[in-house]
Amino acid sequence: MDAPVLADMLDFVIAKYNYWGIAALMMIGLYAMIAKNNLVKKIIGMNIFQTAIILFFISIATKWDATIPIIIHGHGAHAHSIHAADYMNPLPHVLMLTAIVVSVATLGVALALAVGIFQRYETLEEDNILEQLKADESNLR
Amino acid sequence: MTDQLPALIIISPLLAALLANIAGWIQKRLCFPAAVAGLLASFLCAAFLMRRVIAGGPVVYRLAGWNPPWGISYYIDNLSGAVLILVSLVALINMLANREVALTMFENRLGAFYSLYLLFVTGLMGIVITGDAFNLYVLLEIASLTGYALIGMGGGRARISSLHYVFMGTIGASLYLFGTGYLYMVTGSLNMADLAALLPQVEKVSLIEISFILCLVGLFIKMAFFPLHAWLPNAYSHAPGPSASLIAPLTTKVMIYVMIRVVLSVYRPEFVFKALPIRDLIIWIAVAAILAGSVMAFKQRRLKRMLSYIIVVEVAYMVGGFWLGNAAGMTGAMLHLLNDAMMTLCLFLAAGSIVSRVMSDEFSYLQGVFQKMPFTMVAFVAGALSVIGVPPTCGFFSKWYLISGGIAAGQYGFAAALIISSLINALLFFRVIEIGYFEPFDMHSHGAEPVFEEASAGMVVPLVATAGLILAMGFYANTLVAWFIEPIVPVVLAGGG
Repeated sequence: MDAPVLADMLDFVIAKYNYWGIAALMMIGLYAMIAKNNLVKKIIGMNIFQTAIILFFISIATKWDATIPIIIHGHGAHAHSIHAADYMNPLPHVLMLTAIVVSVATLGVALALAVGIFQRYETLEEDNILEQLKADESNLR
Repeated sequence: MTDQLPALIIISPLLAALLANIAGWIQKRLCFPAAVAGLLASFLCAAFLMRRVIAGGPVVYRLAGWNPPWGISYYIDNLSGAVLILVSLVALINMLANREVALTMFENRLGAFYSLYLLFVTGLMGIVITGDAFNLYVLLEIASLTGYALIGMGGGRARISSLHYVFMGTIGASLYLFGTGYLYMVTGSLNMADLAALLPQVEKVSLIEISFILCLVGLFIKMAFFPLHAWLPNAYSHAPGPSASLIAPLTTKVMIYVMIRVVLSVYRPEFVFKALPIRDLIIWIAVAAILAGSVMAFKQRRLKRMLSYIIVVEVAYMVGGFWLGNAAGMTGAMLHLLNDAMMTLCLFLAAGSIVSRVMSDEFSYLQGVFQKMPFTMVAFVAGALSVIGVPPTCGFFSKWYLISGGIAAGQYGFAAALIISSLINALLFFRVIEIGYFEPFDMHSHGAEPVFEEASAGMVVPLVATAGLILAMGFYANTLVAWFIEPIVPVVLAGGG
């Protein structure tokens, strides 16, 4: 009774292993952004979160028994007819090239801000910064 | 030449961004003219294009001549044309008004400031004009990244607020990208028109639902819809003046435009309003957002911070109005989108003008400000009346549509929340006006008669012009609806909710 259920579950997990991996990465990233106290760790968590989505796009481009989408004979070589099913979908890869650029830029902006914060507060621990901010406010009053 | 107008709208601020940056190295005086020229060109192109759209229907522009499902297309209909004009106009007015403030505030970084400013506008214009779901994500990030930098250029707490905005904004954009990924998975296309044609044939409706929810939540974060608004008040109130009055009127409004676009021309209203049981939920969240935002605005003791919470409330107006799903509600949401950008600009410019003279936006510093800065405060009152929704100003007409839409859809809670929030807005602004008008200028420290200390003419003239536009948009509200909004509201829903 139990064995087939377990096997089904295993099949379910294995058949969709890319989604499990992506979900795990996303959660790691989110956890780092929420729970970590150090700003750089938060920023790296953000980057992991973005990477998970990039991997999601890459994983949906794959096909069984397909090869890399490079057509050797190029234009005019009609000797081989080309079946789209034999090649992986190149479009998501191209899209993710752009998304990688975006995520690098985001990382750059975030780290630049972190440098600015460090120069002013001389710490990257968020609760220390918040303490200093509170002290600033009460000095103003 | 006129065929290339859609591309010119995007290219002119982009080129000007480059020029402004180069000018920053060589001759700082040239930054401002280059930036103004870029924005003006973009504005004029958008206006000419709008004339063509009104005369001849939506325009589809194929970039580099590639046909739509393969290449990227630009799609301009009445609403996107109107938002394009609005974005370029708001950016232009704000740039003119803040010329001197920017000069003193960013002395050594003038080139960087103007090129970020123009890239931000390029990103927003691109978001509005594009007809491609992935292209929209890239432009969304261009606008966001430049926005983070513009906010982070300020001193004090600006950087930490900006970093928190980076975290939230990145999650939002990533969720949108995730949703787009599911769309690509089920259809194999990213072109919006193509998607709209392919989606009804998809059998796995659950995947479309997931992708829609992901996109929607991502956009909700980006537009600061109530439970996801936490980044907004800090980011906007700590941002340097010229950045705040650029970003505050535009970002949230363009995100609401994206939500409207995604619902109307990608997932289609038939699917969104009929197949998904989330309409009531979103409207009730909007009601909670309106009430909570009003209360939080009431607790603030600084002008810009109060205005930031009012933006949270206004976002909830538009989201709720749109999700009513009937013609009046949608018309109200779209009209409010146009109006709210103008009134937020007016209020933030007035706040910037006050800060430029009083050096603070705390309420206790505003005593006697009416006597000192009469023109600024007249414009402020015009903006305030529009937010409250007093008849000759534009805010009244959109609120009227929203309330009648709420009643027509049977969502009395939403209609009631709108009325309550109008009352609270009245309280909020009359408190400021009372301090500024009736409480005397502090005689003890200054001794003599109050000096007439209006902000510089370069600031006041654009500000008063904005106030004039608020009134004009009120007088011509019917024309705005007939030109820009009626052709967009889907026929399916015209019968009512």
